[in-house]
Amino acid sequence: MSEALHAHPGTAVPHDVHHDEHEHHGHHKETFVSKYVFSMDHKTIGKQFLITGIIWAIIGGLFSVLFRLQLGYPDQSFPILETFFGDYAKGGQIQPEFYYALITMHGTVLVFFVLTAGLSGTFANILIPLQIGARDMASPFLNMLSYWFFFMASIVMLSSLFIQTGPASGGWTMYPPLSALKQAGDGSKLGTDLWLVSMALFIISSLLGGLNYISTILNLRTKGMSMTRLPLTIWAMFFTAILGVLSFPVLLSGAILLLFDRNLGTSFYLSDIVVNGEVLPNEGGSAILYQHLFWFLGHPEVYIILLPAMGMVSEILSVNSRKPIFGYMAMLGSLFAIAILAFLVWAHHMFVTGLNPFLGSVFVLLTLLIAVPSAIKVFNWLTTLWRGNIRFTPATLFAIGFVSLFISGGLTGIFLGNSTIDIHLHDTMFVVAHFHIVMGVASFFGMFAGVYHWFPKMFGRYLNSTLGYIHFWVTMVGSYLIFWPMHYQGLAGIPRRYLDKRGWSSFNGFTDLDKMITVVSIIVFAVQLMFVFNFFYSVFKGRKVTTPNPWGANTLEWTTPIRPGHGNWEGEIPEVHRWPYDYAKDGREFIPQTEPVGEHESKH
Amino acid sequence: MQTIFIVAILALGFLITFQIAKASEYVAVLRGEEKARKQTNKINAFLLLAFLILGLIGVFYCNQQLGGKILGTPASDHGVLVDRMLYITIGLTFIVFIITQVALFWFSFKYQESDTRKAYYYPHNNKLEMIWTVIPAIVLTVLVGFGIFYWFKITGDAPKNSMVVEVVGKQFGWEFRYPGKDGILGKKYFKRVDAAANNPVGQLWEDPANHDDIFLEQEMHLVVNKPVKLVIGAKDVIHDVGLSHFRMKMDAVPGTPTTMWFTPTITTKKMKEDTGNPDFVYELSCDQMCGKGHFGMRGVIVVETQEEFDIWLAGKKPQYYVANPEQDPSAKQVKDTAVVKPLAVTAAIHK
Repeated sequence: MSEALHAHPGTAVPHDVHHDEHEHHGHHKETFVSKYVFSMDHKTIGKQFLITGIIWAIIGGLFSVLFRLQLGYPDQSFPILETFFGDYAKGGQIQPEFYYALITMHGTVLVFFVLTAGLSGTFANILIPLQIGARDMASPFLNMLSYWFFFMASIVMLSSLFIQTGPASGGWTMYPPLSALKQAGDGSKLGTDLWLVSMALFIISSLLGGLNYISTILNLRTKGMSMTRLPLTIWAMFFTAILGVLSFPVLLSGAILLLFDRNLGTSFYLSDIVVNGEVLPNEGGSAILYQHLFWFLGHPEVYIILLPAMGMVSEILSVNSRKPIFGYMAMLGSLFAIAILAFLVWAHHMFVTGLNPFLGSVFVLLTLLIAVPSAIKVFNWLTTLWRGNIRFTPATLFAIGFVSLFISGGLTGIFLGNSTIDIHLHDTMFVVAHFHIVMGVASFFGMFAGVYHWFPKMFGRYLNSTLGYIHFWVTMVGSYLIFWPMHYQGLAGIPRRYLDKRGWSSFNGFTDLDKMITVVSIIVFAVQLMFVFNFFYSVFKGRKVTTPNPWGANTLEWTTPIRPGHGNWEGEIPEVHRWPYDYAKDGREFIPQTEPVGEHESKH
Repeated sequence: MQTIFIVAILALGFLITFQIAKASEYVAVLRGEEKARKQTNKINAFLLLAFLILGLIGVFYCNQQLGGKILGTPASDHGVLVDRMLYITIGLTFIVFIITQVALFWFSFKYQESDTRKAYYYPHNNKLEMIWTVIPAIVLTVLVGFGIFYWFKITGDAPKNSMVVEVVGKQFGWEFRYPGKDGILGKKYFKRVDAAANNPVGQLWEDPANHDDIFLEQEMHLVVNKPVKLVIGAKDVIHDVGLSHFRMKMDAVPGTPTTMWFTPTITTKKMKEDTGNPDFVYELSCDQMCGKGHFGMRGVIVVETQEEFDIWLAGKKPQYYVANPEQDPSAKQVKDTAVVKPLAVTAAIHK
C-alpha cells in the first residue's frame, strides 16, 4: 500500500524547463468568464456538464417522486401538491395530464440530459485528454460549443415546464400521431414543439462533442500510446462517440419530420385520422416510420448510456482489486461487438406493432446475440475480482453494484428480446423494471463510481467517504427493493403508464407493493440529495489531496499535478511505454504507463 | 403541519448524518488513516456478503408474496406457448443469476484487502474466455430456437374457420364490428366517419357487405374453442389491444391495419368458478400510451359457448339499419319505434 501512496520514483514526470513548449498559461490573461463560463479547458467543460447534469438529475428525480406518490397513494390527497402545482394537482391529487407530463419529462431528462450529457459528456471530456496524454481536445472551441448547445437545449426544455398547456406528455418516445396532433391532448400543443426544438439543439451538442472525442482519440495520443495501450475507459468513450455520431442524426431527421407534420401540414406520420370527431385530411403517412427512426437512435442510445459506465467500471475494478483487468482484448472485442449489434436490434422495440413476423424473428436472433458479448464482460469482471486484493472505496462499491445490476437487468433483457415472451410483457411494468435496472440505475452506478474515483483529479479534494458508503448502501438496497418486485407487476400484465389501477379487476392486486415502492423511492431520492450536498461541500471544503496518485493507478491522469492547469502537464507530455494494467506484476503493486519496460520484466 | 414536521425530521436526520460523517473523517486522521481505512474495508466486505445472503432470501420471500398474483391460467392456446417459453427462460436465467451474483459477492468478500495476500497477476486466459463465449452462445441458441418456433406458430396465418372481429381504438374507448351473416367486414373509409349520421366506423353503405355488419362499443363476445381473428385499427392515435389473460397484444395504428388471432379456451363462466371470483371478467387494456385517459381505456371480453353467442348476436341490430332506418324491415312493420330507436342508439354512442 505504501507504494500506492507515493508516486513511484520511476514515474517522475520530466519537469525540465528547457523543453518549455508552447504553454497556454502565461500567454494570455484568464478572466473569470474565460476560465469558468466560456472555458475551452476540457476539464472545466467536463465539470460544467457534470454540474448541469446534477441539476437535471434532481429535477428528473423529483418528478419520479411526485408520480410515485400518485402510484402508491392514488386515493389520497396531498394539499402541498396543490400549493405548488395549482390546477395540475387539483385537490392535492395529480391530474392525468400532469402525470403524463411528469413521466415524459422524467424519461427525457434522465435519458438524454443526465445519462447522455451528464455521464458521457462529463467523463469523455475529463478523461480523454488526461488518459491519452493530450493537452486538450482536438478542437477546444467546438467542445465549448458542445456544452453551450446542451445548455440552450436545457433552457428550452426547462421553459416548456412553465407554459400554460404544460410540457410534452406523449411519453419520452414521443410517438406520433399522439405527439403530432394538437387536438390529442394539452401536452401535444406548444410543449411538444419545445421538446422537439430542445432535442434538435441537444443532438447538435452531442454531435459536436462526439466528433471531437473521436478525432482527439485518433490523433492526439501521446508518444507510445498505441490504440491497444489505451485504458478501457477511452475505448468505451470512443465507441460511445461513434454510436452517437451515427445514430443521433437519424433521430434529428425523425424530429424534423414530426415538426413538419405538426406545423406545416405534411403527412409523414399521419393517415386516416379522426380525432375527437374531426376528420383530418392527411393520407398516406405511416405512424410506424417514426418508430423506426426513433429506435434507430433509441436502441444505440441505451449503449451510449451504458458503455461509458462499463469502461469506468472496468478501470475502477482493476485499480482497486490491484490486478490487471482480465482479458483486455476480449473486453475490447466485446465493446466492439456491442457497438455493432446496437445498430441491428432496434426493431425489438416494435415486435407488436404489426411488424412482419419474419423480420421479427431476425431481430430476435440479433437481439439475443448481444447477450454473448455482455456475458463475456460480466465473466471478465468477475475474474478481475478473483484473487485480487480488493480495496472497497465508494467507487469500488459502486462498480461492484454496477456489475450486480447489469447482471440482473441484462437477464431480464433475454425475456423481452424474445418476441414470444414480449407479446405478453411488452409495454408492461416488466419493461419499466428491466430498463431502469440495466440502463438507468446501473449507468447511474457507473457514473457515481466515476465521480467518487476521479473527484480528487477534478477538484483536488476527496468526497467524504462515510457519506459515500451510506450513499452506496441505501441506493443499492433501495434500487433492488424498488425494481425487483416491479417485475411481478409486469408478469401480471399491468401496463406501464397507468396512474390509477383501481378501475381494473385484473391489475388492482398490488396496492401494498406500490406503497412500499413509493416509500423506498422517496428514501433513495433523499439519499441522492445527500450525495449532491456531499459533492458541493467537498468541492470547497473536502479533505485535500496531498499526493498526485492517491489510488496508486497506472494511467496518465495521475502523472499530472494535483490541480492541473489548462494544458494538463507542466513540462513535456509524458511518454507511454506499456499498457495501463500492470498491477501486481513481478511483485510490484503497480507500474505506471510511463515507466519503460525493464530488461528482466516478465511478458504477458 | 404534518408536511413541515416530516421535512424537519428529514433535515435533522440529514444534519446528524453529516456531522457523524465529518467526525469520522477527523477520527480517521487522528487514529491513523491507514488503520481506519482497513477497518472500513473489512466492514464493507462483510456488508457485501450480508447483502448477498439477505438479497437471496429477499428474492425467495418476494416470490412467495407475489408469485401467486401473476400469470393465472392462460386462457388461450397461444397463451400456453407464451407461458411455456417464459418458464424455460426463467429457469435458465435464474441459474445464471444465482451463479454470477454469488460469484460476484463471494469474490468481493473473499478477496478483500489483506496484508498477507498479494494480488495475482492474471491478465488473460484464452481457454477460459472461449468457454464463456461458447456456453452462453449455446444457451441462447436454445432460447432463440424455442422462441422463434413459438413465435411463428402464434403469428402464422389464422385458421380458415376463424371468426373475424374488427377492433378499433379511439381516445378513450374501444369499438367493435362483427361482420354479420356473410362473414365479411364491409369496406370503410375514414372520411365517411360521422357520428351524427350514426356511422362511427365510416362504413361505405354502397358496399352490400356492410348491410349486416354489427357495431358495438366496449364489450366484445367470443366463442370458446373457436379461433378468432382480430382486425385492429385506430382512429386518432396509436393504441394497443392488450389481452393479458390470453397473453396476446397488438398495436392499433391509425392508417395501418394489423391483425392477430388466437383461440380462447376457457369461458368467462368457467373462469369465475376456477378462480372462485364471481366478479371475474376478461379485460381488454390499452397498452400503448394514448393520452390522458390511457389508464382507463378498458374493454370487456366475454367468452361463451356457441349457443350463448348466437343468442347474444341475434339481439343486435346491424348498424346499416341504425343509420338508415328507412331500410329497416322491422321498422316498416312498426312505424312508431323507427323514430325512437335510432335516437336511443345515438345517445348510447355519445355517452
